[in-house]
Amino acid sequence: MIVLERLTKSFGSKAVLNGLSLDVPDGQNTVIIGASGAGKSVTLKLIVGLLEPGSGRVLVDDAVVGEMGRDELAALRGRIGYVFQFAALFDSMTVAQNIRLGLARRGHNEATIRQRIEESLDVVELSGSEDKMPGELSGGMRKRVGIARAIALKPRYILYDEPTTGLDPVTAALMDQLIMRTRDLGVTALVVTHDMRSAFSVGDRVALMHDGAIRQVGTVEEMQTSRDPLVRQFIEGRPDPVVLEPVVRRSAG
Amino acid sequence: MTPLVAAALPTREGFIAHVGRRSIQAGRALADVPTWAPLLAVQMRRLGVDSVPIALFIAVFTGIVLSLLSSYIFTGAVPLYFVGALVGKTIMMELGPVLTGMALAGRVGASIAAELGTMKVTEQVDALETLAYDRYSYLVVPRVLAATLMFPVVTAFAVAIGVLSGWITAVNLLDLSTTEFLKGLKQFYQFKDVWFGLVKSSSFGFAVALMGCLRGLATEGGAQGVGQSTTSAVVLGCEAILVLDAFWALVLL
Repeated sequence: MIVLERLTKSFGSKAVLNGLSLDVPDGQNTVIIGASGAGKSVTLKLIVGLLEPGSGRVLVDDAVVGEMGRDELAALRGRIGYVFQFAALFDSMTVAQNIRLGLARRGHNEATIRQRIEESLDVVELSGSEDKMPGELSGGMRKRVGIARAIALKPRYILYDEPTTGLDPVTAALMDQLIMRTRDLGVTALVVTHDMRSAFSVGDRVALMHDGAIRQVGTVEEMQTSRDPLVRQFIEGRPDPVVLEPVVRRSAG
Repeated sequence: MTPLVAAALPTREGFIAHVGRRSIQAGRALADVPTWAPLLAVQMRRLGVDSVPIALFIAVFTGIVLSLLSSYIFTGAVPLYFVGALVGKTIMMELGPVLTGMALAGRVGASIAAELGTMKVTEQVDALETLAYDRYSYLVVPRVLAATLMFPVVTAFAVAIGVLSGWITAVNLLDLSTTEFLKGLKQFYQFKDVWFGLVKSSSFGFAVALMGCLRGLATEGGAQGVGQSTTSAVVLGCEAILVLDAFWALVLL
């Protein structure tokens, strides 16, 4: 289980997280929704120790990420797959080499590596793309390779950063299917997105992030029937300047 | 203690702590041999072997100019066989290492900063860390080691070609025989001339690659940030070469 406790994070004078707390229960897809620039991606980076919180704690399987040594952090990252917003594939490597890199780090033998590459590409429906370079792939294909790279490590958790952003509706729906497929494989997922269709499609629990904290968290039904004006506004996509003003102001800043 | 000194103390302690942290990081990265060793040969080819043509191009014209210039200075004042001495000494000890270093600061420093800067802004560096690789072991150590090892090799080729072109110029354009040129070359030659130049160029390689890596990994923003990092890597690399050049002259001559 991942637990976020009263996290704060600032970049210079700009406060991004302001006491964010959230539990990510095992075996479920938890989705964080929120405006662009609300700090969703920063939250994911805090979980894997790519950033350090100003205050507060991140606990993964009861261990505090900020107190981990180098080896413990490496072991933690072995349990967490990370799918980046723009895939972050290594552009000097082929698809297979991208997937191989993490597997080789964990000391798997050649046969296992080949098998895992094949299996993970099969899951994301990209079998036969092993020798392609990232530059030859479409945005959707790159994101699917990003998922393949993450699931090849057989992680306990996967963090998805805006998995459907910039994709056409059909490819976005395919991404949602892949996220559900990874949950069926027993992986706990934390998805950050501002795509409401995707959030309600893949989420078991949905949390709305606003002003650097979680405004409301609940099941899809609870969020859809929420009376909180901010939740309603976000779900319905109404550009209400009064309610969204702080978010817009911070995003612009 | 004056208020000024009191105010300066935390900064000094902060600096010492920063240097300490960096040293520990560097030590750990160097000790992570299984990560950087397989990447070393590739970087030696990219940073060293691929830089040979530009280094030789510069060396050819440096040899020609030095030969003509020394003839112009010596005619009527000093026996002309001193052309060989001046061409040899100057190219081995100063112009070979420094001009090659400057050219490689542009080629190698810019290439490293642009590559790592692009990796940084496209989250490839973060992706590497989520796959449990240390960015310094994987990205910095192989590049810095390769440049430290290969700059002297490239410089050695440049020195040989520079002296050769100086000799060809002296024989064909000046009233000087091969015997006379070699007499001057041998008369003032010391083994120190060679190793002095090669030690210098090794330190230049270290500095240029380190500047490229640090500026690249410090890149923020997008294309503009990569451009700024690249420019500052080249400028800092050239400045480091000039400072080191003076340092070695003070220490070793």
